[in-house]
Amino acid sequence: MIGARRNLRSLSSAARAVKAAKTDVPRVSLSLAARGVVSCARIESSASPVGATARNYSTKSVPLTAETYASRVQRNEIYKKLDDKDVDYFRAVLSDNNGIITDADDLLFYNEDWMRKYRGQSQLVLKPKTTEQVSQILAYCNENKLAVVPQGGNTGLVGGSNPVFDEIVLSLSLLNKIRSFDPVSGILKCDAGVILETADQFLAENGYIFPLDLGAKGSCHVGGNVATNAGGLRLLRYGSLHGSVLGLEAVLPDGTIYNSMDSLRKDNTGYDLKQLFIGSEGTLGVITGVSVLCPSRPQAFNVAFLAVSSYEAVQEVFVGARKELSEILSAFEFMDGKSQILTARHLKLDHPIESGDYPFYILIETSGSNKEHDDEKLETFLGNAMEEGLVDDGIIAQDDAQVKSLWSWRESIPEASTIGGGVYKYDVSLPLADLYGLVEAANDKLQKAGIVGLDDETKPVVEAIGYGHVGDGNLHLNVCVREYSKEIEKVLEPFVYEWIQSKKGSISAEHGLGFQKKNYIGYSKSDIEIKMIKDIKNHYDPNGIMNPYKYV
Amino acid sequence: MSTKLRILVPVKRVIDFAIKPRINKTQTGVETKGVKFSINPFCDIALEESIRIREADKDKVENIHAVSIGPTKAQDVLRTALAKGADNSTLVDVGDEEVEPLSVAKLLQKVVEKDNSNLVILGKQAIDDDANQTGQMLAGLLNWPQATNASKVEIDGDNVTVTREIDGGADTLRAKLPLIITTDLRLNEPRYASLPNIMKAKKKPLEKLKASDLGIELVKRIETLKVVEPPVRNAGIKVETVDELVSKLKELKAI
Repeated sequence: MIGARRNLRSLSSAARAVKAAKTDVPRVSLSLAARGVVSCARIESSASPVGATARNYSTKSVPLTAETYASRVQRNEIYKKLDDKDVDYFRAVLSDNNGIITDADDLLFYNEDWMRKYRGQSQLVLKPKTTEQVSQILAYCNENKLAVVPQGGNTGLVGGSNPVFDEIVLSLSLLNKIRSFDPVSGILKCDAGVILETADQFLAENGYIFPLDLGAKGSCHVGGNVATNAGGLRLLRYGSLHGSVLGLEAVLPDGTIYNSMDSLRKDNTGYDLKQLFIGSEGTLGVITGVSVLCPSRPQAFNVAFLAVSSYEAVQEVFVGARKELSEILSAFEFMDGKSQILTARHLKLDHPIESGDYPFYILIETSGSNKEHDDEKLETFLGNAMEEGLVDDGIIAQDDAQVKSLWSWRESIPEASTIGGGVYKYDVSLPLADLYGLVEAANDKLQKAGIVGLDDETKPVVEAIGYGHVGDGNLHLNVCVREYSKEIEKVLEPFVYEWIQSKKGSISAEHGLGFQKKNYIGYSKSDIEIKMIKDIKNHYDPNGIMNPYKYV
Repeated sequence: MSTKLRILVPVKRVIDFAIKPRINKTQTGVETKGVKFSINPFCDIALEESIRIREADKDKVENIHAVSIGPTKAQDVLRTALAKGADNSTLVDVGDEEVEPLSVAKLLQKVVEKDNSNLVILGKQAIDDDANQTGQMLAGLLNWPQATNASKVEIDGDNVTVTREIDGGADTLRAKLPLIITTDLRLNEPRYASLPNIMKAKKKPLEKLKASDLGIELVKRIETLKVVEPPVRNAGIKVETVDELVSKLKELKAI
């Protein structure tokens, strides 16, 4: 048995290999690979004209955030500049040379984000292995007014985990042990630096599942997920981290260790302090440990991929799916036709739905405990939808390889949207009826400005595409570009934010504020709310050393 | 006027190839509880090939018949086969009993005779027992020519040309119908089952038989004594210097 299986893996067709590689989308290695391309592209720049053009943009070195946004942000001189004495201190705390990075090339990995949009100028990366070390580092930084950026897997989308100027990067990647798991209650306790997929694989062996799943699972850290309140693909089923995180261990800026790791499911004594850290994006302290309630792992998964002719049909299928699939529905994702065109180019594959190009596609996932039961429900639902003419075409995965392959057509979109050179990402919450209206409005604006062309290499914008989690009212508007430029930004901002505000949406559904949206929180939060947020920040971080220049 | 093809495609239900099989506690086989089963990938390729033959020339193929020998649940893979394009299907229900390749070949021989099939396309092996025997045994029982491990199949009238990948090149065979073809991995890439076809498949025939209905008694010739996992490879070590590397290699008599 093992023999043929191995055969299949090694000999598998290109498509299967691509599939496997694509399941973890913005892998950290992506940026490494991109850098690898730099040298090759220069040598063989005449190799293929189309590829070369696309490559030219991606080979450019990422401009410094401080220069790109010079008009918006200046280094705050209250922060001390790092000197040798500081480095010596940290060396003594970590007592291990592997935990300190000062080499310029090695620093680049931490200074840049994976979209190659932001680049900081940090001179020092610290990788503590224990919570006590984090505490000693922060206490020292607080005393000496050294600014700090906590960093997890560096898969963020708003520049929140990269330094802007010379902030010290505090990477949690070596704080990566699973602490305990209780197979009766399903409570997992682990260090903040555990990679999401590692945690999920550990849980899978015990018959449980992490209540969060997202494209970057192969790189992102559990602690980073909590700090940014990541939403992801299964929020529809398992709810937000505000509900599933039971307790946290976090180090406050002055070095105090806050610990609620032993929290219970029900506990109505006092303020629920952990909620402050969930979604705080490293502005209040550093999360070092997470206790999370994990649901039992479903035994049966089904994935269907559907083609529909309008956004109205997407909504109707969603209403039907909620009604008829009810408790087994675990994901409902929609994608527009253009996102699939770019993904097909990126994956170098034909689209699985062969009967033609459609304006919208839907991915439905069900998960439950009984395959026959789920199959029947799904097939009955889809059969009816088809007969009523709601769905134009569709496919149902017949084995696990097809399940993964179909998911890759959704999960690869973020990567596919960068193939032109870069991407402006807007991750927004909107009332369902208006969800896709934003993509249409953005395209309209870009068309009028005359800067968009799918195959026209002279235009700076490739296309504005839309996809997202219909179940959560969450749209991802990706403006795929050939280069980042002020011109494009002026067309899009504040237009996009104003549009969202006019529909009473949120300018950040799950990606957070970070650096990108710092100045735009006012579109979604009232003055009173913003003042309360600032009061809390000033109370716990009076010196403002935690992740400065971002958030509010 | 050349002969119309009556194609028989045997399909086996196996543990999904994406799943890592685990040995059961009694070491008598592989754990099957709570594990996802799917169509054997090589059988899927065989089915795909038969559908492509029909798509290439609609009038050439009279019938594609999918047969599975396995437990009642093997109906699932037959439904998949019908959704992908088989015309009718038969389940030979043998319960949870493992059936050896010779018995499978004997059962298939009866089905071929019953159907008057003139082309059998089947996977070169199933990924559960890795036997790679059924096709060959069936050819022997029927006294038909066989072309195994096909990576390309061309049909021209009654002549069938099959290409097989061999070390350092390709081996091309030609035979007249009737014929047995077993499929290799690179023959084609199976399609998805489309929603309209899944719906239509519900109305296609699924016949249920017992081995005794075909007059075959299932006999076991092989006894499984023990199933164990392959030994775990030891983790490598890190050496600090080239000298240390050289001395380690010498120690292991590698140089």
